[in-house]
Amino acid sequence: MTVTRTVSQRRMTRKTRRLWLVLSCLACFAVATALVLNAFSSSIVFFMAPSQVLKTPPAPDRVIRLGGMVVAGSLRRTVQGQSPVNLFQVTDGQAAIEVRFEGILPDLFREGQSVVALGTWVPGKDFAASEVLAKHDETYMPREVAEALQRSGKWDPRFGKPPSAESWNTMTRNEAQASRANSGSPLP
Amino acid sequence: MTKATQQITAQRDVQGSFLHRFANPGRFLRLSRWLLPILSVSACVLLAVGLIWALYVAPADWQQGDAVRIMYIHVPMAILASSGYAALAVCGALSLVWKHPLADLAAVEIGPVGAVITALCLITGSLWGKPMWGTWWVWDARLTSVLVLFFLYLGHIALIQAFDDPQRGYRAAAVLALAGAIDLPIIKFSVTWWNTLHQPDSITLTHAPAMALSMLLPLAICMAGFTLGFAALVVGRVTSAILETRAQQMLTRRLRQGETA
Repeated sequence: MTVTRTVSQRRMTRKTRRLWLVLSCLACFAVATALVLNAFSSSIVFFMAPSQVLKTPPAPDRVIRLGGMVVAGSLRRTVQGQSPVNLFQVTDGQAAIEVRFEGILPDLFREGQSVVALGTWVPGKDFAASEVLAKHDETYMPREVAEALQRSGKWDPRFGKPPSAESWNTMTRNEAQASRANSGSPLP
Repeated sequence: MTKATQQITAQRDVQGSFLHRFANPGRFLRLSRWLLPILSVSACVLLAVGLIWALYVAPADWQQGDAVRIMYIHVPMAILASSGYAALAVCGALSLVWKHPLADLAAVEIGPVGAVITALCLITGSLWGKPMWGTWWVWDARLTSVLVLFFLYLGHIALIQAFDDPQRGYRAAAVLALAGAIDLPIIKFSVTWWNTLHQPDSITLTHAPAMALSMLLPLAICMAGFTLGFAALVVGRVTSAILETRAQQMLTRRLRQGETA
């Protein structure tokens, strides 16, 4: 017993001791941070999905952020007095909430785009948005690819994100072949 | 000497010689004499090619239009901001545990470069956010954690110079660098752990990149160019810091000789 202890003590040089001290401090700090972040995770999320909002309705005067995709065909624009009024539905695939926003929408706003709306909500009524932000997804795609994908009929931007980049090449190649075949054949 | 202690001392020598090979400022100067020109020239060439490709040749995005070109600067700045802080944390560990003298010098010189890079990342992101999202800034997890990284850099710069005894400054800054490293996984995974306005990573280890090859190639070249440029800046700054101390030592020695004579 005592022999092993002296051996281990001899092996622990000053450097190794410092290394263990630094590592254990870091580990403790990491665990503490993880616990704090876990505890606050509901307030760290930037927005709530429509199904979450419907399941746990916020207090009527509480300002929340509602995030999701703009439902295809749901956007209606009118003008009330001087300011434009936009009505659209936001969905997360499970539930949809009608949003009403007075003002100018961001450039990227369109049906099928993800958006985040800031405002208040009362069950049975429209979500009264004071600010609407467009959310960009992780896809970076040249215009030609987007047009080719749409022409091929494999993707409609009004229904969400484009297919994964792996499939672009084969899809656009098929589309190119098809268009070549079409242009080759005499028009009816 | 027993066999066990012989082994231990041999191990220690190997470890020591490996870590302290570059602790010698003279050896570092000899290294930087040929490394610095290589780094600077290759960074300039890669950045010239990459930036011309990215800003003029690469296609516009179908939604973002030409605003997508901000990405070719923003993404390298974001990756380098995190990597630079990781380097600062490694320097902190080398300083605290192994008392590596060059690690302290490197930490002094990495700090300001990293802070500028993080600021550029935040500024370019904000310039992109206004036309795309419709806002300059939101307090989502990704943006906030990168802002925290910027303040960590500023704190490190301030702390390392805050003491009259430089050794105390080095130690305090090393502790801050190590503790602040906890922000790096938070930045990296903020977009997957919580929902954010910031988009998730386009380039991941597990999936094919969600980016057309015609955009990915110029991004890769810009990334390589900015990384080499970062390395060149740090090596150049450390070199001049060593030369500055040497010049000062020489001056004081000459003054002292003058006094005694």
